[in-house]
Amino acid sequence: MDAFVAALTIFALAIFVGFEVITKVPPTLHTPLMSGSNAISGITIVGAILSAGTRHTALTTVLGLLAVIFATINVVGGFLVTHRMLEMFRKKR
Amino acid sequence: MSEQAFVNLAYLVASGLFIFGLKGLSHPRTAVRGNLLGAAGMLLAVVVTVLSRQIVDYTLILVGLVVGAAAGAVLAWRIQMTAMPQMVALLNGFGGAASALVAGAALVEATRPASAGALLERAARAVGLELGGGLELQFTVATAASGLIGAVTFWGSLVAFAKLQELVSGKPLLFAGHVALNALLLAVCLVLAVLVVRHPEQTSYYWLLVGMASVLGVLLVTPIGGADMPVVISLLNSYSGLAAAATGFVLSNNMLIIAGSLVGASGIILTQIMCKAMNRSLPNVLFGGVGAEVAGAGADDIYEGRIKATTPEEVAMLLENARRVVFVPGYGMAVAQAQHAVRALATLLERNGTEVLFAIHPVAGRMPGHMNVLLAEADVPYEQLKDMDEINPIFPQTDVAIVIGANDVVNPLARTDPQSPIAGMPILDVDKAHTVVVIKRSLSPGFAGIPNPLFAADNTLMLFADGKEAVQQITASLKEAVAA
Repeated sequence: MDAFVAALTIFALAIFVGFEVITKVPPTLHTPLMSGSNAISGITIVGAILSAGTRHTALTTVLGLLAVIFATINVVGGFLVTHRMLEMFRKKR
Repeated sequence: MSEQAFVNLAYLVASGLFIFGLKGLSHPRTAVRGNLLGAAGMLLAVVVTVLSRQIVDYTLILVGLVVGAAAGAVLAWRIQMTAMPQMVALLNGFGGAASALVAGAALVEATRPASAGALLERAARAVGLELGGGLELQFTVATAASGLIGAVTFWGSLVAFAKLQELVSGKPLLFAGHVALNALLLAVCLVLAVLVVRHPEQTSYYWLLVGMASVLGVLLVTPIGGADMPVVISLLNSYSGLAAAATGFVLSNNMLIIAGSLVGASGIILTQIMCKAMNRSLPNVLFGGVGAEVAGAGADDIYEGRIKATTPEEVAMLLENARRVVFVPGYGMAVAQAQHAVRALATLLERNGTEVLFAIHPVAGRMPGHMNVLLAEADVPYEQLKDMDEINPIFPQTDVAIVIGANDVVNPLARTDPQSPIAGMPILDVDKAHTVVVIKRSLSPGFAGIPNPLFAADNTLMLFADGKEAVQQITASLKEAVAA
């Protein structure tokens, strides 16, 4: 239970931080915000790597592999496409 | 210091980088660096994880990373800016799917028969299993949540993708009893979630939950029409974050919880902004099925004898002497791929001494900020892009407002007719400009299915044409006039 309360505390604090930070993003950057934050939600890749690499059972390994693929598309595609968009905003003085 | 402590410290640094990265998005100047910080955080997290001693086999990890990275990179470089909403929908879905799969794998791992001794112990600690006791409640509840949210996100996003890509009709598909069926499905999912929590060793309950949630995800998005997509994509964005956070609870991994909740918060904020910009509640968007029935009556009464058609040459003459011109782009501009033509006209106007601004409604396009990205791609400086609150006081001092591809967001009925489906929706007050030019193929209604009195207003001229061609013709005429 203690561990759960600690995790819940972190969850709640992170939501507050999220609200504070995101409300400062101007509407003009809302599309890059979505793709960029989306790439961050690909953080599940960490769990996916552990499942794919620990070789506990065939099933978990396959699930892990699929998860690694999905999460990597999410992460790489998300950050790259965000970069592409933001460069377009930057090249103007 | 134990290896795990070192790993956790690295995760803490990564979490910090995510927060600073998002903070960088508060201004276009710092945004590129912000995104790079986020990517650096992700790289750190991945490297540290791959190097951890729990990993016994790298082959599949490598295969997954290479395949995923290649697919992601190709998608990211090939995608047209007009298709960005589809892209984001797809990425949301993949994130959700990954979370549900990871939670499923963790459940399978934690509940398999105790045969592998020490290995199992290590795995058990990794996923929060109380040794000697049952599975922790946090683990099972979070697994159920991750499976439910992840599957809804994946399938909902796929439907949104199909609609945006026009693989299926963008029209709302709502059948009798749809909402009741969704409620029933949700209830079934919740029952299955309870079963997962009470009998985690029966992993089939988990997969059944994922299956039901998949159906729910599809049915939640099918009734939602094209112009409501900004809300849905924002919401799915939020879900993909929440699914990652739930997976964080499954794995007792604080970094996942932090990153997931940041994204969850971001999606919720955007959802709120979108709903407010349409003066509708979230349940109304999700279950209202607006646009399903078209109120055709009244269009003739409003338009009859009051429509003034114009020509590109006439518009060019108007623009030649204008001091301030405001462009009002909508989704139609993206469809016509007219953003580069518009930029060329804007440049010519500026050279002629005219001030040029762009009025962006929050729900113009198919996702938040869609128009801004298209115009940025066409090299329009972001200082010229004005949001609704900024531009509305400027319209009365605007000589010419050019509406291209927008309809409902400039419909004055929102202000005047309390019976209208868009009543109370904040709109761009283009009708207050001295002259309004509307570039449009026909008088067909927008997504809300209602006529637009703006088209019949005394100060409005209709230019019936394809958006891109019309703008190019205006530019050509203006060039001649300026040169003469």
